[in-house]
Amino acid sequence: MEGLTLSDAEQKYYSDLFSYCDIESTKKVVVNGRVLELFRAAQLPNDVVLQIMELCGATRLGYFGRSQFYIALKLVAVAQSGFPLRVESINTVKDLPLPRFVASKNEQESRHAASYSSDSENQGSYSGVIPPPPGRGQVKKGSVSHDTVQPRTSADAQEPASPVVSPQQSPPTSPHTWRKHSRHPSGGNSERPLAGPGPFWSPFGEAQSGSSAGDAVWSGHSPPPPQENWVSFADTPPTSTLLTMHPASVQDQTTVRTVASATTAIEIRRQSSSYDDPWKITDEQRQYYVNQFKTIQPDLNGFIPGSAAKEFFTKSKLPILELSHIWELSDFDKDGALTLDEFCAAFHLVVARKNGYDLPEKLPESLMPKLIDLEDSADVGDQPGEVGYSGSPAEAPPSKSPSMPSLNQTWPELNQSSEWETFSERSSSSQTLTQFDSNIAPADPDTAIVHPVPIRMTPSKIHMQEMELKRTGSDHTNPTSPLLVKPSDLSEENKINSSVKFASGNTVDGYSSSDSFTSDPEQIGSNVTRQRSHSGTSPDNTAPPPPPPRPQPSHSRSSSLDMNRTFTVTTGQQQAGVVAHPPAVPPRPQPSQAPGPAVHRPVDADGLITHTSTSPQQIPEQPNFADFSQFEVFAASNVNDEQDDEAEKHPEVLPAEKASDPASSLRVAKTDSKTEEKTAASAPANVSKGTTPLAPPPKPIRRRLKSEDELRPEVDEHTQKTGVLAAVLASQPSIPRSVGKDKKAIQASIRRNKETNTVLARLNSELQQQLKDVLEERISLEVQLEQLRPFSHL
Amino acid sequence: MGRGLGGRVTSGGSRDAVPGAGPPKMAVCIAVIAKENYPLYIRSTPTENELKFHYMVHTSLDVVDEKISAMGKALVDQRELYLGLLYPTEDYKVYGYVTNSKVKFVMVVDSSNTALRDNEIRSMFRKLHNSYTDVMCNPFYNPGDRIQSRAFDNMVTSMMIQVC
Repeated sequence: MEGLTLSDAEQKYYSDLFSYCDIESTKKVVVNGRVLELFRAAQLPNDVVLQIMELCGATRLGYFGRSQFYIALKLVAVAQSGFPLRVESINTVKDLPLPRFVASKNEQESRHAASYSSDSENQGSYSGVIPPPPGRGQVKKGSVSHDTVQPRTSADAQEPASPVVSPQQSPPTSPHTWRKHSRHPSGGNSERPLAGPGPFWSPFGEAQSGSSAGDAVWSGHSPPPPQENWVSFADTPPTSTLLTMHPASVQDQTTVRTVASATTAIEIRRQSSSYDDPWKITDEQRQYYVNQFKTIQPDLNGFIPGSAAKEFFTKSKLPILELSHIWELSDFDKDGALTLDEFCAAFHLVVARKNGYDLPEKLPESLMPKLIDLEDSADVGDQPGEVGYSGSPAEAPPSKSPSMPSLNQTWPELNQSSEWETFSERSSSSQTLTQFDSNIAPADPDTAIVHPVPIRMTPSKIHMQEMELKRTGSDHTNPTSPLLVKPSDLSEENKINSSVKFASGNTVDGYSSSDSFTSDPEQIGSNVTRQRSHSGTSPDNTAPPPPPPRPQPSHSRSSSLDMNRTFTVTTGQQQAGVVAHPPAVPPRPQPSQAPGPAVHRPVDADGLITHTSTSPQQIPEQPNFADFSQFEVFAASNVNDEQDDEAEKHPEVLPAEKASDPASSLRVAKTDSKTEEKTAASAPANVSKGTTPLAPPPKPIRRRLKSEDELRPEVDEHTQKTGVLAAVLASQPSIPRSVGKDKKAIQASIRRNKETNTVLARLNSELQQQLKDVLEERISLEVQLEQLRPFSHL
Repeated sequence: MGRGLGGRVTSGGSRDAVPGAGPPKMAVCIAVIAKENYPLYIRSTPTENELKFHYMVHTSLDVVDEKISAMGKALVDQRELYLGLLYPTEDYKVYGYVTNSKVKFVMVVDSSNTALRDNEIRSMFRKLHNSYTDVMCNPFYNPGDRIQSRAFDNMVTSMMIQVC
């Protein structure tokens, strides 16, 4: 069966009748009795009525839905007009007059009845269910048509009134779209093209468009395919309802009329104004929906689960596809359940659909659940509808993400988290610059000084360190540990500091490794002085006196460098035998020789100068004095070398330097701890060198500061033990040698030397470690330097 | 109502690999494959030989399975849904996405669409997944049926015609 296209007048009229029959206010289904009465009032032969009922589908359905009712009315009109009752006829028959029903009871009814052919016989036969007599209808039609001709005019005359009567509010079931469709009767059905319900919807979307436009749209649209659903509805023509309609119609005419009159003004207003929302749910409808909701879910604030809703709506016999679409539209929050609002919207859509309205692409505004989160409007159908005929204009289709925030959130998280994970993995690479901390710290577990403590001026400390060195051999409370502990603080200065620390690292506690660490030249200086003092206090200590506190800030560094260098020189060679030398040798300031890449060089040089100034004084009588000059010479050469080395700043070079310089540094170390300081670059190497000869003091500064007395004997003793040392020491008045004349003295000296040897050996190892650390520090410093001067290489 | 599988023609754009012709297209073909590797939804632009896209999607299923098995052996939970580029061909690139329920989304994009970045593909898959979930939530949808949701169709259309 094709879709039913109704004219405006028909719309109104049908709506009126529907509401009239809808005594239960179900808004959807009319009472069969009423329908039958009405149909009886149509004064059509029973068989015609039955046929009508069958055609409209009421019989199949067992009830008169709105669509069925309208179809039935149309068929009545068709029948009354004398046309053959066919499914197609409802649409094909143009200019069909309104179906006329014999009004039996009130003026409305009579009015209607006047337009009807008084086919009283039909009325009588309509009572009760009448099987559709297909054939008989034809006969009747003829008569009916004949009869209807007359009433047509009257019907037409009535039409102007009836359209006015359009049940805008009375037919609670009919969406107000009907109203819209009811174009103001221009007079006579003939004028109005029949428009299907489908086209009705187009004007809905254009809520603001005038009726004319709507009409145009209507005409443009063919009956929507959903109307085919009516066919399904048409299977159950409730003939009984048809029959019962008649008697009822009489009674309800008044009500309809009154209601119609009431709605007249409204309709006029409405027609003049923009289109009202065709999807608005009237109160009656709403009440009905709520009642239905309660049957499923007593709690009005609760949800109807999807399965229950599915069963319920499946009863409407709509295709699953359409029900699915209705669900999509109505389940606003996409939770698989229907709230009361959603349910009403769905129900409304089902009703509309059953009445032949096309489902909108988007949920109409009026049907939207009034939830807080929906205020911003989102349409359920998120996409641009084919036709914006829904009341809700095509707003920016909100993505479903608002309705599924959790899902959307999880996905980005999922995606991102995985990415993050990978990122974190990639970024897990740690820098190795700070690794030496761990190496250094454990190396000097005994070191009390954890961070650069600047100054230890007391020679006693140096002595103590020496003693400790002798005892533990590896006792290095010194500064080295602090020096070592602060790798992160490495700066250019730190290099020297580290060198100092190396020098002093293995030396006595007295050496304030912190001196070397701290970039404070003062500290270094103090360390140097300390060293000096230490050396002074322990003249015959084989163990290298602890690096005296750096005398002056600037000097300290330089001194430390020198010390380191001297130490490194010795270590490079051998044991720390030579180490003793540098500490013993008062570091002579050789600022000139320490141009060094490091800034601290000059500073250290100054310190050296002071150191040397002091040291020589302290050890005036030492035979090392003579060595000092040699050391100076060597220092110069070493400085140059070291400078070169420093320039390179390659750890690989350092070891090489270590190897090369030790020999030179041996001598230099004795006299030129300063040179070591100066050569900050080769500081690490120097440190090792410097420290080795004088076992304990990792810091050349300290060595420098060491009293020359201490240094000298240490140096002398150390050198004796090692060939190189011996060579170096040879320059110095080997006190032990002189002593060795005596066997005892020799043995004693041998013993001492051995002790010193062991001590220096330990020092050596420690210095080696320190060297490594310093090398790492140097690398870090180089990196920092590069960072500080990013464009240097450009 | 629902276009069903015959809805390929509906994606109107003139999407051809003509650069600069009309709005940039996102995807050439979008397919939703069920766990049992039968298509729940497949749609491609009409201008091309659709069968070719069907074949491409079909062959990509092997790649998807391979990726799933490789990634999700012990880390099913941590397996990322987005599979990335499955395999490129001369003219097209095929991207994959699999849900935790082993429903696969396969998207074929034009290789000339260089503007498409990985993030965009991900977002498209996310939208697909969202829409698919909405379809699943519909009680009238039986899992395993062809997807005939208008909303889903519209979403796919938007992805196939214009840049999101």
